[in-house]
Amino acid sequence: MLRPKIIGFVCNWSKPPEIQTSEPSGFEGHPKIHMIQVMCVGRIDPVIVLDAFVRGADGVLMVGCPSPDCHYVEGNTQAKFKVKMLKKLLALAGIKPDRLLLDWAHMTDVESFVKIVDNFRNLIIAMGQSPLNGGDSSDDFLLNLRAAKNTASDFRLRVLTGREGELTQAESVYGETIPANDFDRISELLTRMEFIRHKIHLLAIQEPVSVKQLAERIKEKPSFVLCQIVEMRRRGMVTLDEIKGTTPLYKGLEV
Amino acid sequence: MAEKIGSVMVVGGGVAGIQASLDLADSGFKVYLLDKSSSIGGVMAELDKTFPTNDCSMCILAPKLVATGRHPNISLITNAELVDLKGQAGNFLVKFRKRSRYVDEERCNGCGLCSQKCPVEALDTFNEGLSNRSAIYVEYPQAVPLKYIIDREKCIGCGTCEEVCKAKAIAYDQQDTETTLSVGSIILAPGFEPFDARVKSELGYGKFPNVVTSIEFERILSASGPYGGLALRPSDGEVPRKLAFIQCVGSRDAQINRDYCSAACCMYGIKEAIIAKEHVPVALDCTLFYMDIRAHGKEFDAYYNRAQDEFGIRFVRSRVANITEDPKTNNLHLYYVEEEEPTTEEFDMVVLSVGMQPPAEASKLANIFGIELNGQKFCQTRMFSPVETSRPGVFVCGAFSSPKDIPESVAQASGAAAKAMSIIASERGKEIVAKEYPPERDVSQEEPRIGVFVCHCGINISGTVSVPEVVDFATKLPSVVYGEANLYTCSQDTQGMIKEKIQEHNLNRVIVASCTPRTHEALFRETVRESGLNPYLFEMANIRDQCSWVHVHQPKEATEKAKDLIRSVVAKARLLKPLRRPVINVTPTGLVIGGGVSGMTAALELANQGFDVHLVERTKNLGGHLREIRYTLEGENPREHLDSLVTQVLENGRIHVYLDSEVAEVNGFVGNFKSKINSESGEKEVEHGVVIVATGAKEYVPTEYLYGNAPGVVTQRELEEMLFNGAFKAESVVMIQCVGARTRERPNCARICCGQAIKNALRIKETSPETDVYVLYKDVRSYGFKEKYYRKAASKGVIFVNYNDDRKPEVSSDGGKLKVLFWEPIIKEEITLEPDTVVLSAAVSPNPDSKRVSEMLKVPLTKDGFFLEAHMKLRPVDFQTDGVFLCGMAHSPKFIDESICQACAAAARASTILSKKTLEMEGIIADVDEDLCSGCRICEHLCPYSAIEMNEKQTKVTAHVLEALCKGCGVCGTACPTKAITLGHFTTGEILAQVKAALVEEVRA
Repeated sequence: MLRPKIIGFVCNWSKPPEIQTSEPSGFEGHPKIHMIQVMCVGRIDPVIVLDAFVRGADGVLMVGCPSPDCHYVEGNTQAKFKVKMLKKLLALAGIKPDRLLLDWAHMTDVESFVKIVDNFRNLIIAMGQSPLNGGDSSDDFLLNLRAAKNTASDFRLRVLTGREGELTQAESVYGETIPANDFDRISELLTRMEFIRHKIHLLAIQEPVSVKQLAERIKEKPSFVLCQIVEMRRRGMVTLDEIKGTTPLYKGLEV
Repeated sequence: MAEKIGSVMVVGGGVAGIQASLDLADSGFKVYLLDKSSSIGGVMAELDKTFPTNDCSMCILAPKLVATGRHPNISLITNAELVDLKGQAGNFLVKFRKRSRYVDEERCNGCGLCSQKCPVEALDTFNEGLSNRSAIYVEYPQAVPLKYIIDREKCIGCGTCEEVCKAKAIAYDQQDTETTLSVGSIILAPGFEPFDARVKSELGYGKFPNVVTSIEFERILSASGPYGGLALRPSDGEVPRKLAFIQCVGSRDAQINRDYCSAACCMYGIKEAIIAKEHVPVALDCTLFYMDIRAHGKEFDAYYNRAQDEFGIRFVRSRVANITEDPKTNNLHLYYVEEEEPTTEEFDMVVLSVGMQPPAEASKLANIFGIELNGQKFCQTRMFSPVETSRPGVFVCGAFSSPKDIPESVAQASGAAAKAMSIIASERGKEIVAKEYPPERDVSQEEPRIGVFVCHCGINISGTVSVPEVVDFATKLPSVVYGEANLYTCSQDTQGMIKEKIQEHNLNRVIVASCTPRTHEALFRETVRESGLNPYLFEMANIRDQCSWVHVHQPKEATEKAKDLIRSVVAKARLLKPLRRPVINVTPTGLVIGGGVSGMTAALELANQGFDVHLVERTKNLGGHLREIRYTLEGENPREHLDSLVTQVLENGRIHVYLDSEVAEVNGFVGNFKSKINSESGEKEVEHGVVIVATGAKEYVPTEYLYGNAPGVVTQRELEEMLFNGAFKAESVVMIQCVGARTRERPNCARICCGQAIKNALRIKETSPETDVYVLYKDVRSYGFKEKYYRKAASKGVIFVNYNDDRKPEVSSDGGKLKVLFWEPIIKEEITLEPDTVVLSAAVSPNPDSKRVSEMLKVPLTKDGFFLEAHMKLRPVDFQTDGVFLCGMAHSPKFIDESICQACAAAARASTILSKKTLEMEGIIADVDEDLCSGCRICEHLCPYSAIEMNEKQTKVTAHVLEALCKGCGVCGTACPTKAITLGHFTTGEILAQVKAALVEEVRA
């Protein structure tokens, strides 16, 4: 694949017809990224984006229709919520959130589409390759990204992200609207907790580990790690494996 | 006078409220049990084990929770608060607000899917914040009612729970409702709150992660708690090796305005230390820092001794001044003074034994109910009316009236129930419905179809035994058509589920593989019965106490053993036959043995309930030990109360008093006793339905310290008499505590002597302040509100000097001059005093007649010679023998108010029997095949209960079982030469099948 490795998810209704996605065309301004066409950016499951990063993508671009022209009315709004959450997860994973961009284009405006792509490509070139593609701690980044991916497939976070629009723009079941700041606070906390738990889970699946070892590995306080272990035992993500001396070891369970 | 109402409102659903509700409902009154939280259970549900028996708290509470939840005459009103009270005793109008749950209780089936899917987390308050729960939750898995509730503060209203709820129970638009009910009387049992340890900032709670409170530590120790029952340090999840317990945090601390003792902490501290040692895989050092060990309850000192001797727990008499933390290790440095030497010691973890304080809503309750609180905002009661509030018709029990432990709360709860029902006794039975069972299914023509329910018991079983493997094994056994696993088979929702499965799979035998039948069999039999099966078509396999607990380190072998146990019980279950429970009539009369304050109170309470009572007293006077009490610590006039009590008893037309008399013989059984009362005037036979033992105790006659040999050596009782008569004069007095108590022969505490000594010392100081008074003590046990009199005595100049068994005081007499030699531990010197009087705080001895009474009633005594109740924690005034109850000093030493509580409690428990016209007896009894019987009479001789009589029919004499007397031991049948006797539910065929199945190894392959 061409370097930098950039995947572009482009909406069927915002990509100018002049631009091919699969084959090179004669068009001069053909963007030098790998484009994957979808019907709507709203369809991009966060898991897919994270999977791209897990597989070594240096950047992921998402292009959709600008508001209020979304072909599917709200697909672009939903994409916004997902990208917001994804950027949080990327940050937690130690990946610069700017490696993911959601932008808008009209199918009639080839120029600005090409500009979006080129700018993003230049940005990625400037940032350098993904830490997964070399460097000392690529293993750590891989672990982080896998944890982020598992987090994005977790029921709770998906529910919360899926309901962001409804809760912050329309009404909750109690007929209230939740201020966006409040929602962000709740969602940020949940994202962080779930991410850490999934990271612990991945580590504990490799081999039984202690709270102290985990704390050192993920650079959190042991007391905080213990709280996560308590919650993870409750949910059946880890179980007590054995007690070595005064140290309980926990192993991850397949979930 | 307004019309009376035959229903009672109980406020507070902890163990006290539950007990009061059950007693009331079982005696024919409708009960509304209101709790502010979403389920009942209170603090007891949070505890791991209970002292001094180390019973699992939830295991003994759960059957009561379920019994309360399914009782047809108890309505649970949860998540509610009181708003207003109008009216008077006998006819109150209570207004309460039921806060919205946002869940329809009628529809919610407790499946828990909502909670699994809820995206919002909150701190789990049931686990004291040591773990998380969802915004929609139940407090704990066995919660009653098992109805979910939305934490509206945390809920973001995303609507997920509504979407996943199959029962359509989510009701976001549910509103708070206000309801007014008419009730005849009210019982307040709102319990207590643990002291907020942050107030004692020098101890570091809230700052240092490894400083936890005792209630948090209960959750840590609990198998269903956050750490799965393993003691761990919150800072790093490591198992501690060195643990400190600090007593009196928020108790006995005048600086923070807590001048009382919380009474239960010494014992729970010792218990937590013992249990912690059992809950860690390494050697654990436990040290308990205390001021006085207050092990004043029944058999408590024996427990304390075991903690030292068997478990090696170190006890340090010192108040810890300060705690600091090593920020690197999170270990804790404790600063304290031991034997006058400032010391620092490092520990891995510290547990603060936090005291009890009144519930936050105490003042609000007091306002609504118009009741008086004491200076510490506990409910005000009096020595001679310990369950009455200041408002007639409103009664109190549990820790709201004073800090106390579980058995005392339970006794007081039954006592409050007695008082609550006596004012509406005329309305008994008017507001209730009879429990109806479906018609019993005839299974005699069916092949056995067995259902096996295997309990995880949280992780108590599943932590060791592979439950899925066991279920899989069980379902493949012959005749087993259904098997499943439950998190807690005893929970309320599982009962409903078992009933469904019985219908769905047409089961005709049910097996629960879980804990012990001792606590849970009755619960499951009831469930089976509610589904239309005979209750004896049920069996239990004990795969916890006898399997997972004893083989905790051998999971593989334990799993195999669990299978063996289940296979064996399945083999028996195939042969189970329905049994009939004989029904007997009840004589609505009581017999009370003993005419002291307890016996008189019990008799009066029964009479007030509308039952006749025979009250038998050995001496010429009613009053017993109370006659010797001249004044009380709290300043009441005992003689006035005694006279009034005697008058009430003598003038009550329902009470038949027998003075100078003795119960010589008790025959019969619950509901139908026939007894002989002997007196000088001859023998009289009486019939009665219950017996209450109130035979009291007496002051121990010391053989120590020259008592009886030197005129200046007297007992506290003798001193009290002298003080009362104004005949006491002395310049110097030495009191010696624990004379004949806490010794090798009598290891337990006599409970009342510290209070007596303080009372008499204060009296001396009042009349003659210049008299020197020394009290030589082992531990000053002025528990509860008595603590403030201890402080008062100290402030009046009474000198308290500690001694221990290694250096007991010595008393000598030199030509009539008394000398007392003792070690003064603070100045570390031997001191000799020459007091005018040496006062011995003599122990309490059991009534010498107890042994005879125990044999006559076939009820047990403790090693110390006091009567032994059915269960030390939850059945304090019952005997194992149905229909026989106990109260007062016959049970163990206690103060007047405590005796009165128990006496009322015994009356309440008795009235659950006397209020019924008929009783259902146990169905597991012997049966004689008259055709086979040879009339040899062997069985008649063998039966310890005289339950077999020989009947002559035509020409043949055959044995006949008196159903109500038979206890179901089966001894008769084992000797029968013609094998004519069968014991139901334990037939030879059934037992043989169990043995055979247990020993068949190849079945496993």
